[in-house]
Amino acid sequence: MTTATPTVPAGTQATGKTTSARRVRKRLNSPVATLVSIVIAVLWTIPTFGLLISSIRPENEIKTTGWWTFFSHPQFTLENYQQVLFSGSSSGQLASYFINSLAITIPSVLFPLAFASLAAYALAWIDFKGRDWLYIAIFALQIVPLQMALVPLLKFFSTGVTVAGVTVLPAWDLVDEQKFAQVWFAHTCFALPFAVFLLHNFISQLPRDLMEAARVDGATHPKIFRTIVLPLITPALAAFGIFQFLWVWNDLLVALIFAGGGNETAPLTVRLAEMAGTRGNEWQRLTAGAFVSIVVPLIVFLSLQRYFVRGLLAGSVKG
Amino acid sequence: MEFDFAEEQPKFLMLMYGLIAFVAVVGGLLLLLDVVPAWFARRHEAKLVAASASGAPLPRRPKQREGLFALFFLLPTLLLLAVGLVVPAIRTTLLSFMDGSSSHWVGLRNYGWMFSEDSIVRVLINTLIWVLLVPLVATTFGLVYAVLVDRARFEAVAKSLIFLPMAISFVGASIIWKFVYAYRGEGDQIGLLNQIVVSLGGEPKQWLLESPLNTFLLIVIMVWIQAGFAMVVLSAAIKAIPADIVEAARLDGVTPWQMFWRITLPSIRPALIVVVVTLSIATLKVFDIVRTATNGNYDTSVIANEMYNQAFRYQQNGQGSALAVFLFVLVVPIVIYQIRNLRQQREG
Repeated sequence: MTTATPTVPAGTQATGKTTSARRVRKRLNSPVATLVSIVIAVLWTIPTFGLLISSIRPENEIKTTGWWTFFSHPQFTLENYQQVLFSGSSSGQLASYFINSLAITIPSVLFPLAFASLAAYALAWIDFKGRDWLYIAIFALQIVPLQMALVPLLKFFSTGVTVAGVTVLPAWDLVDEQKFAQVWFAHTCFALPFAVFLLHNFISQLPRDLMEAARVDGATHPKIFRTIVLPLITPALAAFGIFQFLWVWNDLLVALIFAGGGNETAPLTVRLAEMAGTRGNEWQRLTAGAFVSIVVPLIVFLSLQRYFVRGLLAGSVKG
Repeated sequence: MEFDFAEEQPKFLMLMYGLIAFVAVVGGLLLLLDVVPAWFARRHEAKLVAASASGAPLPRRPKQREGLFALFFLLPTLLLLAVGLVVPAIRTTLLSFMDGSSSHWVGLRNYGWMFSEDSIVRVLINTLIWVLLVPLVATTFGLVYAVLVDRARFEAVAKSLIFLPMAISFVGASIIWKFVYAYRGEGDQIGLLNQIVVSLGGEPKQWLLESPLNTFLLIVIMVWIQAGFAMVVLSAAIKAIPADIVEAARLDGVTPWQMFWRITLPSIRPALIVVVVTLSIATLKVFDIVRTATNGNYDTSVIANEMYNQAFRYQQNGQGSALAVFLFVLVVPIVIYQIRNLRQQREG
């Protein structure tokens, strides 16, 4: 993880490889290899493609013929989206849940991002006793499955903390949309170990000279953090931001437990899972609904893919 | 009830409160860290001036300042980790030795229940199948694909296609695949799988109702999502193999097959281990897929699902907690294995 040689933060590291890679370009491009890779690519794409095509076919068509008949009898409609997003609660009302997903996700990304970068800086560049042990402890918390925390954390929200009959913290007693706060809290807690680990990987690799020069100039830690570290680790922040965004937006378990199922707080995933259970044959709604929930992460993912990949590699390989 | 934007306003208000809280907490902390040390520095200077004026020995620079800084930088993280993770994990462990309503100690009864109740044993077996198959199959697909498209003409596009499912939620993926598995009693099939079966002359089936086949069909969904992860990490590892090794091997006239087994595979072994370990842990905790696709019915349930059902549907906190603890116990050896591996790499 921590290398002795000062390296410029991620991003510039990859450039050295391209020239050597070019020399090895002569490569097995046998027909078999091409064929196998095309087969895999098609296998991986077709299910999503079928869903997309289905979501724009009329209800009657979806329910009676396969989506592949679309190409021989193309019939196109946006009715499914109209229905599933805006009409009554029986058909989805997903627009409402879409807003919930947004309201849950944005703070759940920002809080761990800020707290973890502060913590990672302290663990990397402030000298204090027991620093390494603390880092290892936080690192180790990554392996605690969040299932271990669910029951007591829910109890913490609903009944507060009582030690020997004395109420230390009252119950949160949140209603309706206030429950968002519970979900933010839970997501922030669960994200921190990985966030600290990932950002520590980047921050600890900043050049030591730079830090020492700043210290000699009389900069305090908060100043170094704000003016030097934060701008340099933007790619890492982006990487974790995307991670956390995808994780929270796509999460079902935490939302199910801490947000409840109502349209005041439940995100898209909870609603879709419920629809898949109770309206399993309403494919016109399920297909359109699934696409509504997919489209935002897909856009985020495609536009910021290189940050995501960089974060993935830093998080898994270097660790 | 039509969609009414006015009804959504409280949510935006709540979101705004959340953002204000964020700015207040983070901004306040940074401000505090800026102002307080500056104040201390001024006091220290004043002391220095006073000391030099009176000729007394100069007071030493206070030593604990660094530690104090660290404390404030770490405070939010440590507080949240304690409240949200450490204390709950300890309490869950304790709860697992208590009864359903957490009022009496029952010793190891919940753990005994786990291994004696037929339906739960089934759950454990299912989880075992998941953990054995998903890492193996997903890594194989990812590796094969990474090798095949490496430096091919449309590498970037080809990789994106496989990688894309990673952006899709498990819930969305489950719906996508439920549609592939869809079954219709009469008329045309609308599910791709049944259509293929029918066009090959077979009988359409209700795939997700047939145990044990359904567990494998759910595993397909997980593999579909995770192969992209394996592919990206392994592809990066393949590209990091030094060019001269590959060149030398080629000069020696090795076949592509030999190249893969003798050069590529040994070179990317560390990355391979990381992928398998990461996938194993992710698979152990799988919940969304089973819940969305079958809700754990028809013998498809896994530990995380059963834990949810016990704790939050049947209010059996003791049994739910015991399952959670067991999940944790299963993760530990995998992680220890990885840590030992990393240490060996660093030494060797």
